[in-house]
Amino acid sequence: MHSRPLSPHLQVYRWQITMALSILHRFSGVAISLGLIGMVFWLLALSQGPVVYTQWFGWLASWSGKIVLFLLSLALVYHLCNGLRHLWWDMGKGLTNEGVTRSGLLTVAATFVLTALVWLLAGGAA
Amino acid sequence: MAEFTLPKNSRVKTGKTFKAEGAKNIKMFRIYRWDPDSGENPRVDSYEIDMDRCGPMVLDALLKIKNEIDPTLTFRRSCREGICGSCAMNIDGTNTLACTKSIDEIAGDVKIYPLPHMEVVKDLVPDLTHFYAQYASIKPWLRADTPAPKDSERLQSIEDRKQLDGLYECILCASCSTACPSYWWNSDRYLGPAILMQAYRWVVDSRDEDTGTRLDELEDPFKLYRCHTIMNCTRTCPKGLNPGKAIAELKKLVMARKSG
Repeated sequence: MHSRPLSPHLQVYRWQITMALSILHRFSGVAISLGLIGMVFWLLALSQGPVVYTQWFGWLASWSGKIVLFLLSLALVYHLCNGLRHLWWDMGKGLTNEGVTRSGLLTVAATFVLTALVWLLAGGAA
Repeated sequence: MAEFTLPKNSRVKTGKTFKAEGAKNIKMFRIYRWDPDSGENPRVDSYEIDMDRCGPMVLDALLKIKNEIDPTLTFRRSCREGICGSCAMNIDGTNTLACTKSIDEIAGDVKIYPLPHMEVVKDLVPDLTHFYAQYASIKPWLRADTPAPKDSERLQSIEDRKQLDGLYECILCASCSTACPSYWWNSDRYLGPAILMQAYRWVVDSRDEDTGTRLDELEDPFKLYRCHTIMNCTRTCPKGLNPGKAIAELKKLVMARKSG
């Protein structure tokens, strides 16, 4: 008798929209937590006076800064939308195969639309 | 902590190929094999099946392989009609019963693995000891202090009986629990969808008088609340049941008690 192997799991399980959106919820949660640390740096830069702040703001306004900000906004909006989906589920609603697929697609669509809206409004304000 | 990769002794190698000479209508079956006597790593053997001489279900192909091609192939089966739950396995990426899964539904090669993230006893046979122990832990029987009526069973109204529909049909095949990533990472303490749905089945049984204790026992950071509503369970259930919904209802009942 040899020690028993563990059967394959992630390696063989066909990706489901449900599990993909679930792990995205976790990843987006981690991303916005890191984003909060970035926000602390922003506040620190603010407290250091105009020279440091201008440097920090210059990076945010650059392409790489904008990409990071865009991804963070995407993560935040997705986490918010999927969080609402979770609240809906916690009321015992929408928990059928059709329901979770529909709300999943809706969440993804809403994420892109709302993120685009945020950037359009932010662009208008700037 | 969750291990996302397979341990060294569990990594799957490529195995042998069995050709179907002279067959015109060939379907390739790629099947996970592990021999407890050899000590070698698991492998995937490939079997060409002549579909002109094979029944329609995945179980038919497995039986054909065992009877005609390779008698060493090991798997559980019994009723061949989706009521015993023995032949639950991972077929074409999701968990289901080999006896009710039609080969026609599968595009390309048919890949067959044991139920995911389980200790393998041999080939497609997983060790279900822990799963059954978890089932026993919820004491899945009628618990009542009131003696049963002398001349009749414990009767239910039609509405009360309806509460059990969609719950009692579970055959405990473990497809849902072993489809759940939360169960993969936390099965030592998380009960998993199959067992939680049975816990709910007894909680909502109008004849059961131990509802409070049942809910008390579930109120634990792991047993119930490791469910993150991933819903792989409901998507894979070969009986079309909805364990994810049952778990949501259990969470609601636990919360309702607190606010009451």
